[in-house]
Amino acid sequence: MPFNPKHILSIKSLTAEEINFILNTADSFKEINTRQIKKVPTLRGKTIVNLFFEASTRTRTSFEIAGKRLSADTVNISASSSSVVKGETLEDTAQNIEAMHPDIIVMRHSASGACDYLAERLNCSVINAGDGTHEHPSQALLDAFTIRQHKGEIKGLTVTIAGDIAHSRVVRSNIYCLNKLGAKVKIAGPRTMLPPGLEKLGCEVHHNLKDAITDADCIMMLRIQRERQGKTLIPSLREYSRFFGLNDNNLQLAKDDAIVLHPGPMNRGVEISSSVADGKQNVILDQVENGVAVRMALLYLVAGGEKLQDS
Amino acid sequence: MKILIKNGRMIDPANQIDAIQDILVENGIITSVAAAINTEAEDIIDASGLLITPGLVDIHTHLRDPGQEYKEDIISGTRAAAAGGITSLACMPNTSPVNDSLAITKYIIAKAKEEGSANVFPIACISKGMKGEVLAEMGELKEGGCVGFSDDGVPVSNGELMRRAFEYADTFAMPIISHAEDLSLVGTGCMNEGSVATELGLKGIPWVAEDAATAREIMLAEFTGGRLHVCHVSTKGSVDLVRQGKARGVRVSCEATPHHFTLTDEAVRGYNTNAKMNPPLRSQEDVDAIHAGLADGTIDAIATDHAPHHYDEKNVEFAAAMNGIIGLESLLPLSLKLVEDGVVNMNQVISLLTDRPARIIGIDRGTLSVGAVADITLIDPQLEWEFALEGLHSKSKNTPFSGWKMKGAAVRTLLAGKTVFERSL
Repeated sequence: MPFNPKHILSIKSLTAEEINFILNTADSFKEINTRQIKKVPTLRGKTIVNLFFEASTRTRTSFEIAGKRLSADTVNISASSSSVVKGETLEDTAQNIEAMHPDIIVMRHSASGACDYLAERLNCSVINAGDGTHEHPSQALLDAFTIRQHKGEIKGLTVTIAGDIAHSRVVRSNIYCLNKLGAKVKIAGPRTMLPPGLEKLGCEVHHNLKDAITDADCIMMLRIQRERQGKTLIPSLREYSRFFGLNDNNLQLAKDDAIVLHPGPMNRGVEISSSVADGKQNVILDQVENGVAVRMALLYLVAGGEKLQDS
Repeated sequence: MKILIKNGRMIDPANQIDAIQDILVENGIITSVAAAINTEAEDIIDASGLLITPGLVDIHTHLRDPGQEYKEDIISGTRAAAAGGITSLACMPNTSPVNDSLAITKYIIAKAKEEGSANVFPIACISKGMKGEVLAEMGELKEGGCVGFSDDGVPVSNGELMRRAFEYADTFAMPIISHAEDLSLVGTGCMNEGSVATELGLKGIPWVAEDAATAREIMLAEFTGGRLHVCHVSTKGSVDLVRQGKARGVRVSCEATPHHFTLTDEAVRGYNTNAKMNPPLRSQEDVDAIHAGLADGTIDAIATDHAPHHYDEKNVEFAAAMNGIIGLESLLPLSLKLVEDGVVNMNQVISLLTDRPARIIGIDRGTLSVGAVADITLIDPQLEWEFALEGLHSKSKNTPFSGWKMKGAAVRTLLAGKTVFERSL
């Protein structure tokens, strides 16, 4: 099955077959990252622009390294150094970049739907690196890749995701991805952080973390943004941690071989205790490592995939 | 100048007339209505197969004049109104500067009179500068020609000020027109709170933001004995609250917009900024409740909330887009669709578009009584047409109905006997 999408905008629009194809492609790239010479000529002559309108260290660096290891020319643009501060519209910014003929724009933006907006208006490929509180497809793919690596198969697993669900793009992409691959998804958080109709996305919703993680195969903790403390959603980080933080005690409710994931950046002592974050069940740095391979796969497939190797 | 309109089905709900009647207009006034009028006239209009209705009355529009003429002005807005069969409209005060003074009121009325294609009745601010602090000079504004008071999109949150607004406006027998929303519950929401918003990752506006404010306004109207008109009800709860208020004898009326009774929040999918407005498009349950309210009389008027915005203001990320859509030229076909769909009958819908809204703002229009000003709309209820952006008269084109197959249209609009619009067929 050849799979060469023009854009990667969401997980919702992908089939299970396509997701597996991406993960299998990532498998074949993973080895490159451990070589002495970590570079292949696959995307030589291609230009990739990382257009980041929101602060990001992990995702931007991961996409940049992925592009460079495939020999593409990568350019990073962050909002603070762009024309946005001068009042330029997103469409104008993007068209100006496109006039310089990049092959792929990787975009992070604070507005939900911003990547769809861009893809409708530009001729080059667009990869969504996180749009508002909508989707973050490459994160969900690297999570699935990591789960597959540790569990062999995703089908039949129970995956619990806990935290500020309402403000998370990671969770939406993960619910779609894990559902398509046959896992059961449980969501947990205080009601103030659970948007209405969440169960329609394909998950079980819990208000009690212990219920949600009992017998789970995988637990994914989401970051609680410190700026939410003292606003209306939660009274304090202290209280949040007491009822919704993952620690050595409640982790025992999960299966003995359960793995712990976190998309980062972590707030140690808030949603996850240091002993769990550094404990033997954590696969958090595997996620980061796998992120490069998964993003290499995305860039490769969007740029034309196997057709490139022939030329 | 004599005009004779013959053989049309005249619907004049104010006089409970629905019959084939001829109408004679002399010097801009209706002078005779009868089964067959045989007289000489300069203009004899054959209205066979057409409806003859009072010129439509839209009590909620934004003409953007003065100050935002790049979106719309009094000339283009009233031209769009005439094309939509509307002869009288009330315009909201959120212009630039806002209409909280006799000077702005006089400017609007004078410009409409000199260059407009429809009667324009200004609604003035409740509070000076629309700041929610001090009452506007309501007595003088009424003398100047204003027909009601509203801080529209920035509703008065201060309960004490709103109480006094009801009392003071009622001193001059004027209604308080409320965009009922608790802004603290709206927050940064940009569409209806619900499963579609959750899926799209857009911040929601919950129904309780509207219901809580509607409840307060009705309680204040009940307490003060003042008169309340609730703008664009979009939720089941609002319709229920108004129904209950009326049953208790509260002096409350309300309007619904075509978009709120035609579309649901599903229209936002694809981040369609032309489906972004405030209040937002709601759920099917809410649409059904609005239909029920239109059918049982709880809802008094259909109004457009015509809100023109420039292309650039909609061609952005969803959360950054301006709220509102144009509505003058889609009002009639979308309202007639209610008849087609069996929600209301033809007499009800014409009443919702003519005499009932006219009563809310206290104007002597919306009827075809002998002696009335000859504001008359001729409607072809069977005409099928496509709602194409190129054909629109408004300066702005922000509508979710682009390309819709419509049925029913105004074919000729008379303003005080003068033809201000004639549809080319």
